[in-house]
Amino acid sequence: MKRLFAQNRHAVQRIGFSLITLMAVITVLPIVGTVIFILIKGGPAISWEFLSGFPHDGMRAGGILPAIIGTLYLTTGTAIFSVPLGIAAAVYLAEYAQDNRLTRLIRLAIINLAGIPSVVYGLFGLGLFVLFLKFGTSILAASLTLSIMTLPVIISTSEEALRAVPQAFRTVSISLGATRWQTIRRIVLKEALPGILTGVILGLERAAGETAPILFTGAAFFLPRLPGSPFDATMALPYHLFVISTQVPDMPIQIQYGTALVLLAFVLTMNLIATVIRSRARARRQW
Amino acid sequence: MVNKIVIENLSLQYSDGTESLRDVSMEIYPGSVTVLFGPAGGGKSTLLRCLNRLNDLADVKVSSGRILIDGENILDSKVDVIALRRKVGMVFARPVVLPMSIRENIIYGLELAGEKRKSKLDEAVERSLKLAALWDEVRSRLNDPAIALSGGQQQRVCLARVLALQPEIVLLDEPTSGLDPISTGKVEATLQELKKEYTVILVPHSVQQAARTADQAAFFLQGELIEYAEGKKMFTSPKQKKTEDYIMGRFG
Repeated sequence: MKRLFAQNRHAVQRIGFSLITLMAVITVLPIVGTVIFILIKGGPAISWEFLSGFPHDGMRAGGILPAIIGTLYLTTGTAIFSVPLGIAAAVYLAEYAQDNRLTRLIRLAIINLAGIPSVVYGLFGLGLFVLFLKFGTSILAASLTLSIMTLPVIISTSEEALRAVPQAFRTVSISLGATRWQTIRRIVLKEALPGILTGVILGLERAAGETAPILFTGAAFFLPRLPGSPFDATMALPYHLFVISTQVPDMPIQIQYGTALVLLAFVLTMNLIATVIRSRARARRQW
Repeated sequence: MVNKIVIENLSLQYSDGTESLRDVSMEIYPGSVTVLFGPAGGGKSTLLRCLNRLNDLADVKVSSGRILIDGENILDSKVDVIALRRKVGMVFARPVVLPMSIRENIIYGLELAGEKRKSKLDEAVERSLKLAALWDEVRSRLNDPAIALSGGQQQRVCLARVLALQPEIVLLDEPTSGLDPISTGKVEATLQELKKEYTVILVPHSVQQAARTADQAAFFLQGELIEYAEGKKMFTSPKQKKTEDYIMGRFG
């Protein structure tokens, strides 16, 4: 009787394991499915001309170079504003801030910032940067808008990376006559750097793929030439994809999927870089 | 003559109420090993961390009293704590090597102090590693990561790192608690060398170690200094009943 019971338990365990494995596999399916689908549909569209040429025939033919360059500009612009600010904020929160009202308020703000829908950022950017500060519909205004959206990601991942550095390093460094800032600069930041970089890339990757925040602040429907200054509007991959999928009649479907493939490749490449940085740092980590 | 360290009526409490000191007064002599011993939570580590103001990092609720080092009250807010910490070095219980090479660990403090000359730095590396009895073991691999060393070797890197700054006082907080007997023996032997040049204050990890190493011994119990005497006297004929009970292993 007892023996039978034990066997039963074994079977239950096996069923449980199978279920969990199945669920893990299911979570992988959407991403794999999307990539394969886009690859099959968009792959044939990719050519040198597609990547390096301007659109013509009302965007129904030609390439998507201005959109690629535009997304590069916007991502770079976002990095310029959000990376220094985000890391500085994280250092403050992780290393200097005491647990008081101000700190709690800052944290609350960051958490809420992360929860705001991206289209609301777009409207805010329109109001503040485009109209009030008179930057116009421009790379500058769009980058600033994307920066605000990216900040919470960079701050929270960087703060986490800084906190993961063992407290003992700080104590030892201080006991050897280092100031707090010397300790942060020479030990803590150096050790947290891979984690910070991962956060930065993940944040920028999100910025690169967003449509709504740039919709009113910097994205152009079509431009015959590349933007010449930060005050010019620009084409961008996600917005271009939106435009050719919804706004242009008789659009060849291949170009749509080709554009989607380029955007996906851009974002996944950034993801891959982040993964490589993380795994290499983990292998080299001395704690 | 004023003694190297004079502690006057030192009291201290953390804001979470854990470890504290109550009205501790003692004088610490140069050229000797002074051992602070007693059961956990007695305030030994707290006292050590007062001597290089490392308690500044902790949440101290109240403190009163004075600590004079060479006649200067180091608890004064105007004291240059950076200079103090170079003068009063500390070795911790767990060997914490910084995530860099052996050599970089040793010269870390010196570089912060502004020493850039390679010859001076090389000299300090050799001198301090020899003093910590580690030179022969690591001389050929100074640029290897310090973490690759054994626990005992790492602890001696930590000691050498402190000695590189040529401090006047060396604080050791249970430096051998995680070490094997052979490494422990090496560290203890080093202490006897060190006391010729430095004022050494040790929190031992056992009563036996206290007895082996102490020139002077101070017994702490729940934040109070119960007895302070020459090591030989303390461990053969303690005056206080509590000290005797602890040494004999009746509690603790």
